[in-house]
Amino acid sequence: MKVLVPVKRVIDYNVKIRVKSDQSGVELDNVKMSMNPFDEIAIEEAIRLKEAGDVEEIISISIGPEKAQETLRTALAMGADRAILVKTDEEVEPLAIAKILKAVVEQEGPKIVLMGKQAIDDDCNQTGQMLAALLGWGQGTFASDVKLDGSSLYVTREIDGGLETVNLTLPAVITTDLRLNEPRYASLPNIMKAKRKLLDVKTPEDYKVDISPRIKTLKVEEPAGRIAGIMVKSVSELVSKLRDEAKVI
Amino acid sequence: MTVLVIADHDNEKLKDSTLNTVTAATKFNSEIHVLVAGYNCALVANAAAKINGVDKVICADDISLKHPLAEAVTPVVVNLAGKYDQIMVAATTTGKNFMPRVAAILDMAQISDIISIENGNTFKRPIYAGNAIATVESNDTKKLITVRTTTFAAALTGDQSVVIENISIDSNQSLSSFVSSELSKSERPELTSAKIIISGGRGMGSGENFSLIEGIADKLGAAIGASRAAVDAGYVPNDYQVGQTGKIVAPDLYIAVGISGAIQHLAGMKDSKVIVAINKDDDAPIFQVADYGLVADLFEVLPELNKELS
Ligand SMILES: Cc1cc2nc3c(=O)[nH]c(=O)nc-3n(C[C@H](O)[C@H](O)[C@H](O)COP(=O)(O)OP(=O)(O)OC[C@H]3O[C@@H](n4cnc5c(N)ncnc54)[C@H](O)[C@@H]3O)c2cc1C
Ligand SMILES: Nc1ncnc2c1ncn2[C@@H]1O[C@H](COP(=O)(O)O)[C@@H](O)[C@H]1O
Repeated sequence: MKVLVPVKRVIDYNVKIRVKSDQSGVELDNVKMSMNPFDEIAIEEAIRLKEAGDVEEIISISIGPEKAQETLRTALAMGADRAILVKTDEEVEPLAIAKILKAVVEQEGPKIVLMGKQAIDDDCNQTGQMLAALLGWGQGTFASDVKLDGSSLYVTREIDGGLETVNLTLPAVITTDLRLNEPRYASLPNIMKAKRKLLDVKTPEDYKVDISPRIKTLKVEEPAGRIAGIMVKSVSELVSKLRDEAKVI
Repeated sequence: MTVLVIADHDNEKLKDSTLNTVTAATKFNSEIHVLVAGYNCALVANAAAKINGVDKVICADDISLKHPLAEAVTPVVVNLAGKYDQIMVAATTTGKNFMPRVAAILDMAQISDIISIENGNTFKRPIYAGNAIATVESNDTKKLITVRTTTFAAALTGDQSVVIENISIDSNQSLSSFVSSELSKSERPELTSAKIIISGGRGMGSGENFSLIEGIADKLGAAIGASRAAVDAGYVPNDYQVGQTGKIVAPDLYIAVGISGAIQHLAGMKDSKVIVAINKDDDAPIFQVADYGLVADLFEVLPELNKELS
């Protein structure tokens, strides 16, 4: 069976982002970009399913600018078999991403779409659920464990009260949480090999998807900062501050 | 104009996050209905009917809704959606799971994790782990919204009850089924509604050492949280995690012990009223957001703090 893994190119999670002074967005020039960390986990999980013999082919896909090819090459170097770039310089919202992914699923016929639970730039946490809905598939979101048993999938999910396991009939969408696995690094030979793997370039129009935004960003601001606090010298000083000054205990 | 708020509950008790969501819903100045979808959930419907500001409760009581599976909850909401202009739910793992599904079926965008309602079309929401706040305008005919509960006060409840309308649902869904759950049992307050939280990080060194935190939490009536590193290391269960991808909290007092203060952790706690940081490294970024910082070894400080609080 085939697995589709959508990956998003985002500002690296270690970068302290800067809001543009004209409040039009976040500074992207000369900023280190990487694969969304949750998507790395999704690629890793797909590779593990392939290594276990349950999966024949891993197709990775990204919707984004030309440069998103780099992200796809990373996916290929980790172990994806081929890649699709749906090229656009527009910012595409989760609903439109889900529509493009649906069209790709209908063309490629994967039984599982494995993706991140959340892109760490927009923090939307929507695309996987939307895709599952559009396809009429079940969903195992925020996965910390995935077990494949024939045509049935057991997904353990991280929920607010602890953990929950659900059973899904294939085909299904899985979205990854942080503790699902630890993604591997691509080895140098694999990085070289990845350069020769197939990377198709398409456009949203190829899939007849209208990507015009439903939501307009009016402005982007810095959050209110915290006023610098003080250092205390001892536990007793801390306790008296909390009692008498802050009055929180 | 009517708002539909979907209640968060466990079939027995209404979760506090529903109260925060109702407060957010009042900003639309319209009628508010609350949907309780569950199984044997009459107590929850009764509780929802007593929330101030709510005009009607709709109760869908069906065995297929015993667990809030997204595949089961979605059609219930979609079938009601025609009558509503806004559909809102708390941004808990339950709300985040089904709401985008509803949105996609209605062909509407979802506005995630709002922290303010500027007007009927305009909202503020954090992006980049809360390092930027976006003001967004949606021109969809319906607004599908998940609410960051920490920024809206809990609605009050009274003695008067509004009408509860029971609806029957079509419960055919074979995409997913519930297998099991492992829920953390604790006598302590819930992280997301606690007034005081004390969290431990990798610096705690082991799960056993969290007993140092437990003693203090007991004295303060506090909830216990953790950084991702502490959860990944297996010191505490996953539902303790505070941060960008864990729980968002904003208690009156947040005490961070042995936590360095990575942006992803700060994203979950920097709206707390008072922050205390205890860390042996005076360069730790957590001190930049702390109201009171103490540079010291936590293994000396925690027993001392426990004694001071007695
Ligand atoms: C996509 C993504 C999402 C993430 N989401 C989250 C999230 O939701 N929540 C989260 O917390 N993290 C999250 N992280 C991880 C985050 O980047 C940090 O790795 C993590 O928060 C570090 O945890 P820590 O502060 O406990 O550990 P460290 O950074 O290792 O800090 C340990 C601290 O303990 C101090 N210490 C050690 N021993 C002692 C002692 N004896 N006494 C006093 N102090 C001591 C040290 O000085 C140090 O500052 C995420 C990361 C990614 C990539
Ligand atoms: N532009 C994109 N290209 C490929 N995958 C994406 C894109 N945007 C979102 N995704 C996928 O959807 C997940 C959730 O994103 P979001 O709903 O935006 O938080 C991500 O982790 C990716 O797996």
